[in-house]
Amino acid sequence: MQVPARFEYEVATSVDEAISLLQRHGPEAHVLAGGHSLVPMMKLRLASPEVVIDIHKLDGELRYIRDDGGVLKIGALVRHQDLLESELIKERYAVLGEAEALIADPLVRNMGTVGGSLANGDPGEDLPAAFVALGCEVVVRGPDGERTISIDDLYAGFYETILEPGEIVTEARISWAPDASSYTKVKRRTGDYAAAAIGVALNMNGEEIEDVRVGMCGVGSTTLRARGAEELLRGQRPDAELYKRAGERAAEESEPLDDARGTVPFKRDLVKVLLGRALAKAVERAEGGA
Amino acid sequence: MRIQVNVNGQSREAEVEPRLLLVHFIRDHLELTGTHWGCDTSNCGACTVHLDGEPVKSCTVLAVRTDGHEVTTIEGIWSGTELTPMQEGFHWEHGLQCGFCTPGMILTATAFLEKNPNPSEAEIRDAISGNLCRCTGYENIVKAIQWAANEPSASVASREL
Repeated sequence: MQVPARFEYEVATSVDEAISLLQRHGPEAHVLAGGHSLVPMMKLRLASPEVVIDIHKLDGELRYIRDDGGVLKIGALVRHQDLLESELIKERYAVLGEAEALIADPLVRNMGTVGGSLANGDPGEDLPAAFVALGCEVVVRGPDGERTISIDDLYAGFYETILEPGEIVTEARISWAPDASSYTKVKRRTGDYAAAAIGVALNMNGEEIEDVRVGMCGVGSTTLRARGAEELLRGQRPDAELYKRAGERAAEESEPLDDARGTVPFKRDLVKVLLGRALAKAVERAEGGA
Repeated sequence: MRIQVNVNGQSREAEVEPRLLLVHFIRDHLELTGTHWGCDTSNCGACTVHLDGEPVKSCTVLAVRTDGHEVTTIEGIWSGTELTPMQEGFHWEHGLQCGFCTPGMILTATAFLEKNPNPSEAEIRDAISGNLCRCTGYENIVKAIQWAANEPSASVASREL
């Protein structure tokens, strides 16, 4: 039977209170949102916070999906299921909806939160890769007020973010509404993490790819952005040969590890193939197809 | 910590450790053993209950997190006299073999049909993808859910069980 180590439990009733609780209890305190990463880690004793600060009562402040003059704002306590059910996401941000449909399983998606999956720093989480594709900014609040961090800069390492002690993620903010986007993933079964997954978002200019961003999940010690592949794609007319070259470039940029989900060469091959599929799907969408 | 949880329509109070998981609160403190304790790793869904109406895996929820909230277990969907359409569907379509996954399956499927009353087979299979049946009896589980979707007004009174 898996039982977490003993901890002290606090419930925050506002973001400000959560921040002051984090300050008061110091570095051994941990925020609990949906709990579907933290609680399993606590059960396995991979995490043993002395204090757990539960923020589930902050739905009023942090559970919203809104279009603010073309800027998509997603509150940190939005559940995976909320994103899946959002018409706005379905219409304009396919990469998020497609990633969500592949995350864990429907029951876990009822509890897991956007803020939690951003702040957890797990390179196997899908949402950060989808957010990399969209060039998301992460809004955090701490004792000194609010600041925004580019998703490209959020991760310092395996399960490590650049958040300061006392800061919590409050919002994901996306200013870019790309012409089209998509997410592709290979996993062993429902509920499993990705062996590899790729999110892309792009703008077309006539028959050329004007701008593109590529996020990679599960193939490095952090969520990765395939900048070399992006560069190779910009200004080019999409075809099978271009997808192949971009895939090969992204595979070089990936840093996968051997594990139960596959060997390094297998995962690099997945990156290559998945990027091609993701690009083909997004380009087809941008050109008015499915 | 003292918690008060509305379980199956009744207010239940208890003194619990913060590290107590909801599944053990339900089974050991409230003695509602219809909620099964399976894999202990958020995979199998045997421990599924409704938390404020949404199906969740109770092995991955702290009991203290449910303070002031509503929990429904398999015992709570049974009126005492009539089976729900979903329970009837599992009966008529032989939707269980060993029965271990059944409470979780029924709770997941019940919440699913409330959101999507006319699902396709693919949608049903996706909806139960977080609930594992180790007997691999998925065919009849899917049929049971289809039965409930097709005959929402059916009740035990009209049938001889």
